[in-house]
Amino acid sequence: MTELTLVQAVNDGLKTKMREDETVLVLGEDVGPKGGVFLATEGLTAEFGEERCFDTPLSEDGIIGVGIGLALNGMKPVCEIQFQDFIFPAFDQIVSEAAKFRYRSGGMYTVPMVIRTPYGGGIRGGLYHSQSGEAYFCHTPGLKVVVPSTPADAKGLLISAIEDPDPVLFLEPKALYRSFRQEVPEGIWRVPLSTVREVRPGDDAVVFCYGAMVPVCERAAERIAEARGAAVRVVDLRTLLPLDEEAVIAAARACGRVVVVHEAPRFCGYGAEISALIAEHAIDAMEAPVVRVTGFDTPFPNTLEHYYLPDARRVVDALERVLDYE
Amino acid sequence: MSDQLLQILDPTGRKVGPAPRVRREVLRRLLRAMLMTRHFDDRCMKLQRTGKIGFSVPNLGIEAVSAGAAAALDPERDWIAPSYRDFAMAFYHGVSAEAMMDTQFGNAADNNRGRQMPVHFTFREPVRFLSISSPIGTHLPQAVGIALAMKKRGEDGVCLASFGDGGTSSLGFHSGLNFAGVFGAPVVFLCQNNQWAISCPIDKQTASATIAAKAEAYGMPGRRVDGNDVLAVHKAVTEAVKRARAGEGPTLIEAVTMRMGGHSTSDDPSRYVPAELLAEWREKDPLIRFQRFLVDQGVMGEEEIAALDAECAEECAAAARAAAGKGRPALDTIFSDVYAELPPHLRAQQDWCIRHYSSRGEGVDEKGEFPL
Ligand SMILES: Cc1ncc(C[n+]2csc(CCOP(=O)(O)OP(=O)(O)O)c2C)c(N)n1
Ligand SMILES: [Mg+2]
Repeated sequence: MTELTLVQAVNDGLKTKMREDETVLVLGEDVGPKGGVFLATEGLTAEFGEERCFDTPLSEDGIIGVGIGLALNGMKPVCEIQFQDFIFPAFDQIVSEAAKFRYRSGGMYTVPMVIRTPYGGGIRGGLYHSQSGEAYFCHTPGLKVVVPSTPADAKGLLISAIEDPDPVLFLEPKALYRSFRQEVPEGIWRVPLSTVREVRPGDDAVVFCYGAMVPVCERAAERIAEARGAAVRVVDLRTLLPLDEEAVIAAARACGRVVVVHEAPRFCGYGAEISALIAEHAIDAMEAPVVRVTGFDTPFPNTLEHYYLPDARRVVDALERVLDYE
Repeated sequence: MSDQLLQILDPTGRKVGPAPRVRREVLRRLLRAMLMTRHFDDRCMKLQRTGKIGFSVPNLGIEAVSAGAAAALDPERDWIAPSYRDFAMAFYHGVSAEAMMDTQFGNAADNNRGRQMPVHFTFREPVRFLSISSPIGTHLPQAVGIALAMKKRGEDGVCLASFGDGGTSSLGFHSGLNFAGVFGAPVVFLCQNNQWAISCPIDKQTASATIAAKAEAYGMPGRRVDGNDVLAVHKAVTEAVKRARAGEGPTLIEAVTMRMGGHSTSDDPSRYVPAELLAEWREKDPLIRFQRFLVDQGVMGEEEIAALDAECAEECAAAARAAAGKGRPALDTIFSDVYAELPPHLRAQQDWCIRHYSSRGEGVDEKGEFPL
């Protein structure tokens, strides 16, 4: 075991998988000798050569389109989009192509690829270096959407994503890239997709969250425990599509009071899906309405980003609302 | 170079360029692919007009581009990333009319399991004919990736990407050619310049003097060929394939032709295509000149050609009859192939769907008309 930051764990996951499987390739803008703008691909070109980790022209549509072609023809590409905010030129390739090849060809052509991209706020990136676009992609059958929140999960989920036979969008919370270290197993380490992680036990209420909101929700749960002795369960969803719905329903039933947290805008956000799922399958066990804590339905601000992003106080307020509801 | 039009046969079938060495067997297969395309096309128009299939895309007039290009490929090692107007590529490599008709009908035997509109063919055998999608231009960068995979593995395969003049305005045209140039990928970009993108003429598509000229900006050679001259197309694509195989990188070929039918069965081209233009191009029909050439060269006799023509017509008619009788895909094909494994939420939706419709006696082993 070694202590790694989340971005180091991504790097370790890539290296580990590339050593084991020579069909794994890494491509994207500045991923080569520079090692990517966040250094997630540092050292890959040095170790594996330009054939396996290479810079591409500045063209997200090209990166994903070419990645799809590589995947169609026996390779396992891991494409990097420098910031999730710049993925939209490739939206067509992801939604219309990668996600639909298996279906539209009756399984004759498949796209086992991973698209890694840093997402979310917290680095003063303004409108175009801060967005959480998961909802656009979670509405896409055929795609998988994964969001790690710890170094160990980042490595384990990334390796599972690379081994997955279907295209996976791997959203990395850039706010957590270097925020803490954790012991990460060496060598091949897998965390299965479509499983949730119970971050903290409790059955007075449950908070569903993912990515950079996980530590925020942990802090909120700690404060509530200190302030009023309530035991709040925190569940890291970690795969948003396909979601482990049973685990969500079971946790909602066990606790009866639910808060959903994400930094993306509220309207049609991922929290709406969780709320609807609970309304459909666990309404009889609910003791309070589901409360969402989210970013505002505005573009992402810069100077005032800390007012936009949900923080522990906002989550505490929401928890108090559901806990006090009679 | 890129503005000269390569021609070997003039519209009357006379040789005007240096004769390429093409084996007799290939010449016969080229003719068969073109005749099959014409009959298949014609059959599909009739099927659509009588409500048997929902849609098709006329290939009339452009058969030589697809056939000539396909003949330059080796199905053992090469890939085709086709456009929707490339029926002759599949026929040249031996895809049966029945397999094509199965997709036109979206029936239980369709490779796509009835999930796509007609003409969005997918084949893996006898040739890698990449699943077609509707968004224009998306397959160009994909073709580069397919080619790059072969290059990285040290294989000498080539990927042919075929698209229309409208496709040259798409995002994928730029990213595809740009990436192919930078990576030296073994790709042949074949633009079927049939003068029209639905109702939009080529001068509304680009201010460039030719499409071939665009190659220069991407650091690759551009060739312009007479798209109604199957031998010229075959020669240009063969040379481009040879370059790509030898590790010399991509080529852009512009095959100048004319769409003689509508854009699709939903289109009425008489509203925008000048009649004189059609009359002018009718004289340049690719089949007329190629048949004259074959007869003049003593490759095939007129009766032999007539017999082949009748055989192709019958194969297409029989294929339509067979495909019409195959019934719809089973209801669970709505849910399969979304992922390699069926996730629980889809299993639940599938169970519900089957229960819901089977309780009404619908959707299970249903044979029926195709109202599309
Ligand atoms: C991205 C996208 N925009 C619009 C369309 C609608 N559309 C289908 S075919 C077509 C024209 C294509 O023309 P061209 O590339 O010249 O091919 P051709 O039909 O002439 O073979 C258009 C606009 C589409 N399929 N995809
Ligand atoms: Mg056209």
